[in-house]
Amino acid sequence: MNIPNEYKELAWQGLWKNNPGLVQLLGLCPLLAVTSTVVNALGLGLATMFVLICSNATVSAIQHWVPKEIRIPIFVLIIAAFVTCVQLLMNAFTYGLYESLGIFLPLIVTNCAIIGRAEAYASKNPVKQASFDGLMMGLGFLLVLVVLGAIREVLGQGTLFDGAQLLLGDWAANLRIEVMQLDNQFLLAILPPGAFIAMGFLIAAKNKIDDKIAQHQPKEQESQIERVRVNFDS
Amino acid sequence: MAYWIASSPHNHIQGSTPALMRLVIYATIPGILAQWYFFGWGNLIHIGLALTTALVAEFTVLSLREKKVAEQLFDGSAMLTAVLIGISLPALAPWWISVLGALFAIVIVKQLYGGIGHNPFNPAMAAYVMLLISFPVQMTSWQPPLALMSIPLDFSNTLSVIFTQFTFDGYSLEQLRTHVDGYTMATPLDTVKTNITLGLTISESMNNPVIGEYVGEGWQWLNAAFLLGGLFLITQKAISYVTPLSFLASLFICSLIAFLVSPDSNASTLFHWFNGATMLGAFFILTDPVSGATSVKGRIVVAALAGFLVFIIRKFGGYPDAVAFSVLLCNMAAPLIDQYTRPRTYGHS
Repeated sequence: MNIPNEYKELAWQGLWKNNPGLVQLLGLCPLLAVTSTVVNALGLGLATMFVLICSNATVSAIQHWVPKEIRIPIFVLIIAAFVTCVQLLMNAFTYGLYESLGIFLPLIVTNCAIIGRAEAYASKNPVKQASFDGLMMGLGFLLVLVVLGAIREVLGQGTLFDGAQLLLGDWAANLRIEVMQLDNQFLLAILPPGAFIAMGFLIAAKNKIDDKIAQHQPKEQESQIERVRVNFDS
Repeated sequence: MAYWIASSPHNHIQGSTPALMRLVIYATIPGILAQWYFFGWGNLIHIGLALTTALVAEFTVLSLREKKVAEQLFDGSAMLTAVLIGISLPALAPWWISVLGALFAIVIVKQLYGGIGHNPFNPAMAAYVMLLISFPVQMTSWQPPLALMSIPLDFSNTLSVIFTQFTFDGYSLEQLRTHVDGYTMATPLDTVKTNITLGLTISESMNNPVIGEYVGEGWQWLNAAFLLGGLFLITQKAISYVTPLSFLASLFICSLIAFLVSPDSNASTLFHWFNGATMLGAFFILTDPVSGATSVKGRIVVAALAGFLVFIIRKFGGYPDAVAFSVLLCNMAAPLIDQYTRPRTYGHS
């Protein structure tokens, strides 16, 4: 299978190099507020990803009819429409999760990662690429959310996938893993300051890995041009 | 003879960081002794635990950061942080409380921000607040003074409570905190706060055995000892008198106004001065040269703000004592206050 380079680049940008959570630091509010457990993080990440794909596709499809001057309000309207869809869907099918995400579900509208992609990429590119960009950016954001949620849940309660039945149905109650037995909850990890600290460590780890990669890459040889000075006059 | 020309300032201060830190650590000794006399071995054990952890953590991070380990490890700042953490913890808190606190203070609050001289927050107080919001149960189980305890507590039993939660005879911390009459003893600040919500007046609260003869059995002498250590620091010119004076004056004015308005629901100024961490905060924590303000005017403002905050939180907040929270809030405000209290340079208006 031959994947065009353009898509590879989009995937690389969304998942690692220009990750909305770790590099662009966009959408920090939900990132820090709801990642107290993996399940919350997963729920919000999926919702954000869905909205991002749909809004990117729509923005890209109507790019030729949107007047430049009022494009931002139009983008916001589109995003808000999709967020409302997600909200109603989650209210209908995953009510427990809908309750625990609370205000942060409607707040996806104000997530700057989404409007940022609409403005920076979707409004200038064809539908196919824009939707793929939405998928990759959404996936990158989702991954950061889940990793952060996992760190905070393990440190805070010593469990993983606690409350998975809220998102996936009753069978998922068995997914709960007791990583370590804690007599006392480490509340700092669950509270927002813990999210900031864990986020700092994640960003530091990413920079460290980038440094390592840069060191291992072969240094580009500078092509030396030797000039021979020739004096024809003499 | 060559005439050696030096540029100004000509009058050098000979003190170095290790010497200053050592002096401050010595000045805590009266307070620690008072703590040992009235509350037993708990805090000394915690100081030891915190010291060990802090030095190990400092060594690890310094070698990771490729700094001069030998020089910075024993400059005293990490040791002072550990001593302050050990002093401020409840005496019978479990061992991992002081280990976690010292780790957090050194690794995250101090070294990750750039090490000595670069930390925006006081490491000891940031660690204390971290522990307080993370483990409220352990961090509010204060041991009553030895004189009031119905079960005697010696060194080995204290060690046993800290490491296993029980004494050799199987008494739990809850039982140790129980008065002969069967109720749990709290700190004087906590007692007064709870009694006000129960509808008791201040003068009724003052009859409680934990208050004792003056304003707090044990606690009053503890604060007096820290006051003594602080005065020693001022005579040695290790700290300036401005900060503690401004802090205590601000607390005095706030509590005096409240007391004059309603003596039944507001404790006296003496009670505020000689309870909780007031004196420790005034002389040993607010005077931190790194995280506080720099100019004299700035220090006055920061310390006065801290005094005001201590009173407000003690009176209206959810926690009985407030020095750690006020210090952190003032650390945040210090750069801004510095901005507005910059001393005038000579020749400029």
